[in-house]
Amino acid sequence: MPAVSKGDGMRGLAVFISDIRNCKSKEAEVKRINKELANIRSKFKGDKALDGYSKKKYVCKLLFIFLLGHDIDFGHMEAVNLLSSNKYTEKQIGYLFISVLVNSNSDLIRLINNGIKNDLTSRNPTFMNLALHCIANVGSREMAEAFASQIPSILVAGDTMDSVKQSAALCLLRLNRTSPDLVPMGEWTARVVHLLNDQHLGVVTAAASLITTLAQKSPEDFKTSISLAVARLSRIVTSASIDLQDYTYYFVAAPWLSVKLLRLLQCYTPPEDAALRSRLTECLETILNKAQEPPKSKKVQHSNAKNAVLFEAIALIIHHDSEPTLLVRACNQLGQFLQHRETNLRYLALESMCTLASSEFSHEAVKTHIDTVINALKTERDVSVRQRAVDLLYAMCDRSNAKQIVAEMLSYLENADYSIREEIVLKVAILAEKYAVDYTWYVDTILNLIRMAGDHVSEEVWYRVIQIVINRDEVQGYAAKTVFEALQAPACHENLVKVGGYILGEFGNLIAGDSRSSPLVQFDLLHSKFHLCSVPTRALLLSAYIKFINLFPEVKTTIQEVLRSDSQLRNADVELQQRAIEYLRLSCIASTDILATVLEEMPPFPERESSILAKLKRKKGPGILPDIDDTRWNGNGNVEHSESVEGTNKSSPSLMADLLPTNRPRPSSSSPTMLSAGTMGSAHPFTDLLNLNSAPSAGASLLVDVLSDSFSPASQDVSDENFSRFVCKNNGVIFENQLLQIGLKSEYRQNLGRIYVFFGNKTSTQFLSFSSSVISSDSLKTQLNIHAKAVDPTVEGGAQLQQILNIECVSDFTDAPVLDIQFRYGGALQNIAVKLPVMLNKFFQPTEMKSQDFFQRWKQLGVPQQEVQTIFKAKHPMDTDVTNAKILGFGVALLDGVDPNPANFVGSGVIHTKSTQVGCLLRLEPNAQAEMYRLTLRTSRESVSQRLCDLLSDQF
Amino acid sequence: MIKAILIFNNHGKPRLSKFYEHYSEDTEQQIIRETFHLVSKRDENVCNFLEGGMLIGGSDYRLIYRHYATLYFVFCVDSSESELGILDLIQVFVETLDKCFENVCELDLIFHVDKVHNILAEMVMGGMVLETNMNEIITQVDSQNKMEKSEVLTG
Repeated sequence: MPAVSKGDGMRGLAVFISDIRNCKSKEAEVKRINKELANIRSKFKGDKALDGYSKKKYVCKLLFIFLLGHDIDFGHMEAVNLLSSNKYTEKQIGYLFISVLVNSNSDLIRLINNGIKNDLTSRNPTFMNLALHCIANVGSREMAEAFASQIPSILVAGDTMDSVKQSAALCLLRLNRTSPDLVPMGEWTARVVHLLNDQHLGVVTAAASLITTLAQKSPEDFKTSISLAVARLSRIVTSASIDLQDYTYYFVAAPWLSVKLLRLLQCYTPPEDAALRSRLTECLETILNKAQEPPKSKKVQHSNAKNAVLFEAIALIIHHDSEPTLLVRACNQLGQFLQHRETNLRYLALESMCTLASSEFSHEAVKTHIDTVINALKTERDVSVRQRAVDLLYAMCDRSNAKQIVAEMLSYLENADYSIREEIVLKVAILAEKYAVDYTWYVDTILNLIRMAGDHVSEEVWYRVIQIVINRDEVQGYAAKTVFEALQAPACHENLVKVGGYILGEFGNLIAGDSRSSPLVQFDLLHSKFHLCSVPTRALLLSAYIKFINLFPEVKTTIQEVLRSDSQLRNADVELQQRAIEYLRLSCIASTDILATVLEEMPPFPERESSILAKLKRKKGPGILPDIDDTRWNGNGNVEHSESVEGTNKSSPSLMADLLPTNRPRPSSSSPTMLSAGTMGSAHPFTDLLNLNSAPSAGASLLVDVLSDSFSPASQDVSDENFSRFVCKNNGVIFENQLLQIGLKSEYRQNLGRIYVFFGNKTSTQFLSFSSSVISSDSLKTQLNIHAKAVDPTVEGGAQLQQILNIECVSDFTDAPVLDIQFRYGGALQNIAVKLPVMLNKFFQPTEMKSQDFFQRWKQLGVPQQEVQTIFKAKHPMDTDVTNAKILGFGVALLDGVDPNPANFVGSGVIHTKSTQVGCLLRLEPNAQAEMYRLTLRTSRESVSQRLCDLLSDQF
Repeated sequence: MIKAILIFNNHGKPRLSKFYEHYSEDTEQQIIRETFHLVSKRDENVCNFLEGGMLIGGSDYRLIYRHYATLYFVFCVDSSESELGILDLIQVFVETLDKCFENVCELDLIFHVDKVHNILAEMVMGGMVLETNMNEIITQVDSQNKMEKSEVLTG
């Protein structure tokens, strides 16, 4: 018998629906609907009380009208009446209406809540289910406030019916998602875990979903679920399918529950208990084995269910990333799927392999499938599958196959869908840079990119090629030659003109010896493009011209003529006009020397994370982006971008400032933090910082070696009393005794830092044989490079001596270096050792992010080892402003409005080291009553989380 | 989590829409149109998954759909759901409808929107999968019908 007989139901409703369906035009439909709305409104407002049946009928009509896309602004009251009815049919339709048409009208919510409350306490399972459904579907805060404390008891009560348990579990899950602060943890949490043992598989499924969500938030509290989940999974996987009766789906035992359990296990690292671990491995092996068995049914549902479990098992294997054999088996299995005739499986296999590629155990195995993936890129009909293929190629790329992959991506680009071109361009640009051994190849690749997909090449990409060419002498001549040739094409993309203008302006002299690319030829070539270009490009070309005047005096008059022409000097665009006038004057009055100084070659750009990578991450979100590096997210990639945009918009009054063409990345201004911090004497903070990159600290290490023979730093007293005061600040007095005061001023930028050490002689007598050097432990030496400049051996009485320490952070570190000072004072040898406040957090770059991004990243860093938490007693008065200042001083960005509780502090930043970047999220929860704090840190590295937690928790 | 469940026909006429996250009515209609636009232009035999449209949250969300005769069944889900699992869920949903309505067709969905909602409510609740066992679902629906019948008789 069919569950719904077609004859019954409401005739009035059927007639109305038929009328609507018979409407010939949209207008007729609207007319009919308006007529009906008027009718219903009058019925609801009328004097005659409506019976339940009529109310139900009208509410159904409203639902239908709503589905057609018309606003419904009444009927809510009637729906509330219906849900308060004792009749099931009326109650049900009332709840349905409320669930579909939620309205935040607060009066109404109170009435609805009242109805729900009655049903929850009714002990009628059907009514309880309706009420729980309504809470879950609406999920509003008001409802959470009213019921969040009640539902856990329904869930774990012994006499609750299975179906109600299921609903209660999911209802709680929903409320935990929408209003986590309102769902109290408590005694029930332990009992929820035991629902994994429940007889009823529906209850187990719902409980597994709930526990997964709760475990993501507080893994420690639900650790006991691991063993239960493994046991349950093992019973399902090894059971003959008949055991599970109805939960067997097309010959697959409880596929949905298996998927849920495997998901739950992905909240944790592999179980530590050996027996448990081997049982889980056995399960995973069985699932992999089953994939090789012949199918028990030809129906697609069978293979779907089976593979749903398989893919989830593979996801768990990848998540654990600890069993090389399983990883390789998973990879082989996915390899088979890559050639499967089911498109869905090919899609999922490509996607899974992306994550597999980042595991050190399986990266090589993934690479063996390169030809299949390239083939997929060429032959798949479905753009979503091709997109996954691009992602996978990107993920499997390394030095050995970069050339092949980049070439394939480039050739795909020519016919690629417009929707994904920009992303491919970014990926090609990143791979080309990352794996460039030979920079001529890099230059060729980027120019090809511009040629093939110029419109999709964003500013970041062409900025980057220029940065790289400027920073690498060996490629400059080649770049000049190549752009010169590329510009010969009759129609070339404007981005190519920009790159060409910039590079020839800087390095045109390198190819000027060849008569085919003599200065005049170069200039004519550039100028032939001038009139076809937009204003910013023309502005850039004008700057290139003035650079030409410096490089090639022989074309000076030609260029002056161009600058002097009316189309330049009287250009409608103020920027162009100003440039033309200023450049013309400059070329006329300045001597060759001045010209050469002003128009000197651009200094190298500071090394930093590629701004393209940042863009790709912004575009894709870090979760989806396969990235072999640890560089999770980026703090500064768009600095130059935003600045250059600014530069285009305002015409700068100063000639000097204007010499750098607009749209150019400006190295000198891209370090604002440093310049503002640079209060001290150093005249060239910028160039000095760069020297740090190239000059290894040979002198320092030599000194250290000499010293470490005579004085072992461990044996002497190292002063660290002021050390912790420098965690959140950079300047101050680190040491003082009767003779000597040592003050510090520090500045940090990305992975580089500089400390100015000021030694003040407090006496009226000379210090003789003064020396000061830095001593690091053996492990610290590999993590931190410190170069100490030599100092004058004499410090006059009352005088101050300055020493500069340049620091480079190679990787994350825990120890602190020691500054070892010796001098003779009145014949006695003095020896002082001071712990230098160089801590990991100094290499923070703050990162602003929105609430949504924050939580997404917070969740991604959900593996237990990535989190470090500590609870500690406040040592200082708990003052919000002071805490704010300390967190900012710590180096992270303070994020407002992220934490639901405004009393909490949430921050984020990126630790920059030479080898990698580590994203870091932190949360500080003060408890004013108990005078306690709870500090939680999540980063992708355990050691970093731990160190930062130790440093910061000492500050409050 | 399932963010929305949409059923529309080959012309984009909605036959069922269920959102588990709050949107304005206008946005809901736009999402339906956008989803139809994305799904309907796809060939048969391509894969059943695609990235969500801008309105529903872009590439962080995925549309998983099946096309049956005149109807598209589309589930919009986040990354915590198994794609193949959802695909099976759609199949369970359709088979259940088929059993409840005896050879379900588009007209049944039109004239019995409330019933379809009730059946769906037995499977998905607040965006989470409640029950996947078809017999269990049908038992629940049956018992509801019985209650309905008895109320009609006594009322």
